[in-house]
Amino acid sequence: MSDDQITIEVDGKSLKANKGQMLIEITDANDIYVPRFCYHKKLTVAANCRMCLVEVEKAPKPLPACATPVMDGMKVKTRSKLAVNAQKSIMEFLLINHPLDCPICDQGGECELQDLAMGYGGDVSRYQEKKRVVKDKNIGPLIQTDLTRCIHCTRCVRFGEEVAGLREMGATGRGENMEIGTYIEKSVNSEMSGNIIDLCPVGALTSKPFRYSARTWELVEKDGIAPHDSVGSNIHIHIKGDRVKRVAPADNEAINEVWLSDRDRFSYEGIYSEDRLQNPMIKEEGVWKEVDWETALDVVKQKLGSALESHGANQLGVLASPSSTLEELYLLQKIARAVGTNNIDARLRQVDFSDQNSVSQFPWLGTSIADLETLQSALLIGSNVRKEQPIINHRLRKAALKGAAIMMLNPVDYDFNYPVETKTIVAPEKMPMELAAILKALIETTGQSIDEQTKQCIDNIDITDAHRKMADKLANADDAIVLLGNIATAHPHFSLLRSLAGLIAKHSNSKIGYLSEAANSSGVWLSGVLPHRLAGGVESTNVGLNTHAMLQEKLKAYVLMGVEPEMDCWDSRAARTAMNEAELVISLTAYRSDEIEKYADVMLPVSVFAETSGTFINNAGSSQTFAGVVPPVGQARPAWKFLRVLGNLFNLDGFDYESSSDVLDEVMQSIGEIKTNNMDQWQSPTSLEPASNDLQRITEIPMNMIDSICRRAVSLQKTADVSDGAIHINTALAGKNNLTDADNARVEQDENSVTLKVVVDDRVPDDCVLIQAAHIAQIDLGASFGSIRIAKA
Amino acid sequence: MADKIKKYINSLFLWELLKGLRLTGRYMFKRKITVQYPEEKTPQSHRFRGLHALRRYPNGEERCIACKLCEAVCPAVAITIESEPRDDGSRRTTRYDIDLTKCIFCGFCEESCPVDSIVETRIFEYHGEKRGDLLMTKPRLLEIGDMVEKQLAEDRAKDALYR
Repeated sequence: MSDDQITIEVDGKSLKANKGQMLIEITDANDIYVPRFCYHKKLTVAANCRMCLVEVEKAPKPLPACATPVMDGMKVKTRSKLAVNAQKSIMEFLLINHPLDCPICDQGGECELQDLAMGYGGDVSRYQEKKRVVKDKNIGPLIQTDLTRCIHCTRCVRFGEEVAGLREMGATGRGENMEIGTYIEKSVNSEMSGNIIDLCPVGALTSKPFRYSARTWELVEKDGIAPHDSVGSNIHIHIKGDRVKRVAPADNEAINEVWLSDRDRFSYEGIYSEDRLQNPMIKEEGVWKEVDWETALDVVKQKLGSALESHGANQLGVLASPSSTLEELYLLQKIARAVGTNNIDARLRQVDFSDQNSVSQFPWLGTSIADLETLQSALLIGSNVRKEQPIINHRLRKAALKGAAIMMLNPVDYDFNYPVETKTIVAPEKMPMELAAILKALIETTGQSIDEQTKQCIDNIDITDAHRKMADKLANADDAIVLLGNIATAHPHFSLLRSLAGLIAKHSNSKIGYLSEAANSSGVWLSGVLPHRLAGGVESTNVGLNTHAMLQEKLKAYVLMGVEPEMDCWDSRAARTAMNEAELVISLTAYRSDEIEKYADVMLPVSVFAETSGTFINNAGSSQTFAGVVPPVGQARPAWKFLRVLGNLFNLDGFDYESSSDVLDEVMQSIGEIKTNNMDQWQSPTSLEPASNDLQRITEIPMNMIDSICRRAVSLQKTADVSDGAIHINTALAGKNNLTDADNARVEQDENSVTLKVVVDDRVPDDCVLIQAAHIAQIDLGASFGSIRIAKA
Repeated sequence: MADKIKKYINSLFLWELLKGLRLTGRYMFKRKITVQYPEEKTPQSHRFRGLHALRRYPNGEERCIACKLCEAVCPAVAITIESEPRDDGSRRTTRYDIDLTKCIFCGFCEESCPVDSIVETRIFEYHGEKRGDLLMTKPRLLEIGDMVEKQLAEDRAKDALYR
């Protein structure tokens, strides 16, 4: 037994404990239940509900188990008369002001207060006086407050401070006048705010979209994997009948702990959007007609067959959403390659593919998700990780609070909920320069040698103390990482950023990782939905066109799987033009929209998450398979089933799968071992172009615009994290152009121009214009980055 | 031997028959208890469990708050409820169906109701010509409630002491 281990006795059982642990941790670990409201294993101890009072021998009064450190030889009784009487008295106090409106409370049936009142509450209240009433606060479109029910456990307040990093919720007043609320009347604007719904032990904070739509005992809990970011959070999907009613996090310490981002929690509303495509539809002479699947399949076979025959397979482009399941992606590329095209891609928001051959098996996070917590230093390049991968941001936040130096190189001054060591905010064009400067500073400090070509590149760059500091922090940390985010991936010189980041990582002895965008971004690489690689990362002999080239070259036929090209692609205008001008567009889509109806010839309704079985491979390389839990809406079918039948229709070999797990077996066999290794063959940078003097466009994809499901989740669309269809410029630029907030501006890019509203936003650097993508107003502009001109309209 | 003779005499003089006739005769002169239904009706307990109804408050507001306890307690799974927030923010049903072909008239729904909304009335004379006729919907249940509210309120008042 080590020095730290001690023995205590609880209810006559002798238990081992570590010094410094709280009593409740020991009882929880040994399945001895102590009632509690305010204690939560992921939050600090507040000891303000007093429900966990237990009897400790030699202590004059009962002690709260959550705030009593264990001591050697301590004798604890959790069920003694003294303890139970104390707990019963506390329950009586708690119920004094609780409204007991369980029949109309959404928490009813899963309420901790209700459960414990069964065990510790009296039959009749002795309290005859008036109960207090608290006015409800409107804290946004996601969370409903019923603050009269609050028992002041302060879990939500502590969550805000300790996990979300936002001191938004707080308690005002004392004693009976204590109220929970936002300090100033406003909505809670956090990417993780939904977690306070789970934390609240009573019905004071409940889900607004779920409100009054079902009782907890009617719900059936099924497991799933969250489909909106590359983390792969584990979720519980609660269904009633055939419908998903809500989503809650499932514990997985290695991935999402007990948390879930709002996007993953509330996106289920998108499943039942009015836009859902109910039946297969074909366009006949410009008129959409609903047909059955058999007819639709015949039409697909005939149209696709004749397009292949008349234009050749090279004129077929296949685009898939990186949120598709591994099985769907694999079958799609299998069919595409079987009919003779390598024009297949799912890297929709990328433009620089020049070093795609040097990527190892897939762009990996560089470490496990849990290990991010123990980092000492991290350099994030082009990433708004807080909104893009909230769970990863939470891990980084934990590291930062432990003293890690988190550094940013971003084109927009994003707000982070932890101290950022240094941040460099520059126009996208200047980002490679900044990285080169950090590299140069690094070489200076470490005195390592680099190859001649790189040396020439970085020779003329001026470095400042900021660069030296960043280099220093990376070089002197035992555990450091360089992370490339979504904006870096979309950057026009992504390969340059990557090679410089790689060199920085190499010379500072850090890891390098990618924060990829979608649930199955890794699966895209592993299943071979790439123009240059087959499943399992095998190099393809014929290299096809990548997304950008496919759209630029305006092919004759396109097959889309879960993609809305004008919303999801790097160059929205090129995407829309290519679609409109194509002879044949077959869209496997869950939703119909005016745009799709304009360019598509066949729309096939496919199922979305929760409706289909499948597998996601997350950013850290762990593959997670899930089952379909509800039947698809209308005539929608899982895309893998359609692809399987399509394979049969084209008389292709090897399409006799009976279930998605047959497909999975085949994919996994071709992938073999998932190799988590980013030690790529880096290309050295050849030249660094000096930045132009033009105004630069920056494009970000707001958190809740990331995919077609989120874009149709009604409540998420009411939050702040959606595209506003405006240009964001800083005060200086606005002044220079004589623009103020809410003015209209004429925005020109290449030969295209649109009129957009102006938002003055000082997060944007000088000479840059921030535009939020996936908004109908800006589709005509085009490329995500590049020169742009603005003038008062 | 003597037994056999006794039996023989009893059957010869139809003794069993006379015994039976004596009972019949006695009832012939007793007071009759037959109820001439439907001209006459038996008295009912105020706890009688007949056709269901949904009640309203005196101001006309429906009582039901869609807590679904009746749905949960129903042993025959005869009740189906769907709910959503009404425009004024209160919790209300959008659907309240009782399938009378499933219902076993146990009265648990009434007992579980926290607001005395779902009740069983004294109405027992109803029929359906088609299957669907016995599927009670929210408007029909409210209508029945409105029809017999006076009686319902009186009955509940009588029983209040024991609840």
